[in-house]
Amino acid sequence: MKTFLLRFVPLAVAAALLFAPGEVRAQADAEAIVVYNGQHASLTEEWVKGFTRDTGIKVTIRKGSDMETANQIVQEGAASPADVFLTENSPAMALVDSAGLFASIDAATRDLVPEEYRPGNGHWIGVAARSTVFAYDKRKLSADKLPKSMLDLAEPSWKGRWAASPSGADFQAIVAALVALKGEQAAADWLKAMKTNSKAYRGNGVAMKAVNGGEVEGALIYHYYYFGDQAKTGENSNNIALHYFRNGDPGAFVSISGAGVLASSKKKAQAQAFVKWVAGKGGQDVLRTGDSYEYAVGKGAESNPKLEPLAKLQAPRVVPDKLNNKKITDMMTAAGLL
Amino acid sequence: MAFLQRRTSSIAAPATGAAIVVSIAALVPLGFILWITFQTGWGTASALLFRPRVGQLLVNTTLLEALAVPLSVLLGVALAWLTERTSLPGARLWSWLAVAPLAIPAFVHSYAWMTVAPGWSGLPAAVSISVLAYFPFLYLPVAAQLRRLDPAVEEAAAALGLDPWRVFFRVVLPQLRFAICSGALLIGLHLLAEYGLYVTVRFDTFTTAIMDQFQSAFNGPAANMIALVLAIYCLGLLVLEQVLRGNARYARVGGGAARMPTPRQLGWYALPCLLLPLAITFLALGVPLLTLIRWLMIGGAGIWHAEVATAFMQTVLLAVVGGLLATITAMPMAWLSVRAPGRLAYILESCHYYVGSLPGVVVALALVTLAVHAFLPLYQTIATLLLAYLLLFLPRALVGLRSSVAQTPIELEEAAMTLGRSPWRAVLATTVRLAAPGAAASMALVGLGIATELTATLMLAPSGVETLATGFWSSTSELDYARAAPYAALMILLSLPLIFLLQAQSKRMAGR
Repeated sequence: MKTFLLRFVPLAVAAALLFAPGEVRAQADAEAIVVYNGQHASLTEEWVKGFTRDTGIKVTIRKGSDMETANQIVQEGAASPADVFLTENSPAMALVDSAGLFASIDAATRDLVPEEYRPGNGHWIGVAARSTVFAYDKRKLSADKLPKSMLDLAEPSWKGRWAASPSGADFQAIVAALVALKGEQAAADWLKAMKTNSKAYRGNGVAMKAVNGGEVEGALIYHYYYFGDQAKTGENSNNIALHYFRNGDPGAFVSISGAGVLASSKKKAQAQAFVKWVAGKGGQDVLRTGDSYEYAVGKGAESNPKLEPLAKLQAPRVVPDKLNNKKITDMMTAAGLL
Repeated sequence: MAFLQRRTSSIAAPATGAAIVVSIAALVPLGFILWITFQTGWGTASALLFRPRVGQLLVNTTLLEALAVPLSVLLGVALAWLTERTSLPGARLWSWLAVAPLAIPAFVHSYAWMTVAPGWSGLPAAVSISVLAYFPFLYLPVAAQLRRLDPAVEEAAAALGLDPWRVFFRVVLPQLRFAICSGALLIGLHLLAEYGLYVTVRFDTFTTAIMDQFQSAFNGPAANMIALVLAIYCLGLLVLEQVLRGNARYARVGGGAARMPTPRQLGWYALPCLLLPLAITFLALGVPLLTLIRWLMIGGAGIWHAEVATAFMQTVLLAVVGGLLATITAMPMAWLSVRAPGRLAYILESCHYYVGSLPGVVVALALVTLAVHAFLPLYQTIATLLLAYLLLFLPRALVGLRSSVAQTPIELEEAAMTLGRSPWRAVLATTVRLAAPGAAASMALVGLGIATELTATLMLAPSGVETLATGFWSSTSELDYARAAPYAALMILLSLPLIFLLQAQSKRMAGR
């Protein structure tokens, strides 16, 4: 037995050394376009499945979060292996765009999306949207006790009663909107109050679960976590109701998920085709019928009927490419939230 | 004989060369962080270093270390004493069960506890789950040491009038000092490197903060500055262990071998004593395994997608190749430290060990930045990921190899040379072959470490490469606990050999 093992082990090892790297790399197909993905992995996987089915073009997904992948692309510069960049929120798109790394989106693709959901320079487009909400414990809070504005959450009376996920790109986008709407000083003050007032969780879903479990009374998150959980078992959201701030409040901010094609891409045609597919009927239908519960933004595209209609949210007007990202993480680092 | 020495030194020179190369590679992460600090400039660096948030992380991390390590010592020593030195019923079974929690990755422990007690969070949860997940690292060396203590010393103390408690504290415990120190150090370093566990229980440490910064800003200066603090903290632990360990002599003098100790008869006390291993087994094995089974049943067949199989294959491949590479890389140092020890060998060996004590985030952060700025062809390749594994698990490879090399007599190499083999062939034909079992153990230890590695894999894996650990993590991050369950089950299955290996190693340490 021992001699057998002694002889077998080097053989197996040599074989593994020879074949393993190729085997592992085979998963990352050389033909495929590479999508750097800050979006929810499950949504992007749905999109990719549909796109590959319709076009035969293969896609490799690199998972990450918005700002991580955006900063990564900036560092990689012209050598970036990415062909397409998909995000959950606009600030990450703005960061890559300000580094001049996007190619222009084909005009025909741009026309698929209304002007308010894309930057003026046409370097990227919105492909989905999500609304800020205050998800609250309906056993503890009645309608009259809800905050009128997101800014109210900075008041001492809210100390220890609400949650958020400050390390996530979603929340950082909300802060970016706050800066754009109320100015830097007001935002810095609000963040400072938030550090004392709020409980930090990692991930919007986790924050929602904490509200549901009675750990806090409410959480500042995006809307679709609630609908997604309700569609499954509801075990993380059955005690929860959503409060929309409306009235152009910073807390009514609707964040745009973007898609862009990298200027350094060597497969631009396929990359453009992917963005077109996602913004077009195929991709927008996935938003309506799938389990992502994000808003569809394509012209004439409808969102899932369970959602509060986008037009009724009275979202503040925020120019998507003006959301400054680097400043946000610096401000949050300064406030001790990161 | 001079001819033989000359010939041996013809191997020593290239071996030293190879060991120097490895040592330099091992110093890259640390050197890199220092360089980034320098680049960042003192103004920015100090603003990022001396801020309340870093202070809070320092307090958190220190509290965690100061509570979890002593608790693990208490638990590990108590269990080891019960299973090794008393008439506890089923002692052998309990000793296996005390090591078994190591087969469950710490972030699977926390996943289970979040299912059982969703609101449990912060320091208490972090400390308790850390102790349950890591105490076997202390149990193992202490049990091995207890097994080989010479009972004559204790008997002499008892004959001189000390009661059993005093004998334990004044005679037994001091002799366990080395074992406790090395186990405690191992746990301390694991606590610094752990990420998944503390994210799940919402407890911020240096490692989670670095990952937060990385996910918000990739490899920005803030992440690197926290990494610097963490690297210094690691060094602090290493020095502290050296100081606490002391250099007293604990070896027996005199001829012959030590007798087997007679187990202390517990009598009726056996019943309350049984409660401890029972409770620990329930908490450290029962809770994770039962939760996992529950999620597997809820998920049914639907959660076993093709991705799980792919992740399993890729994990196994990475583990095998990584284990092999680390063992080969550790070979020159293992040979040198046994055959040509000296000041240089000692320094080189310290380098090999130091890099392994650095948390995965720190090493990965350095490699990401280095690859993206200086070695672009290596960027996002399997090679870089394997390099990270290699650096992180170098000590594991060295430990197994070194002891097997030490057990092969140098006379065999000399005999082979006098029979006409060249020095290289002589070493290959004797020492390398005889050290093969040790090398196999090294490979397994490294491979098992790779199979459950999370942070470096998250940061360095090429696009589209998913391991069991990253697959598990992305499912739990989306709160899809059922989908995460198959990944966890496979990780545990892959880690089972670890228990056998570690038990065997500890038996060998005890010479039984």
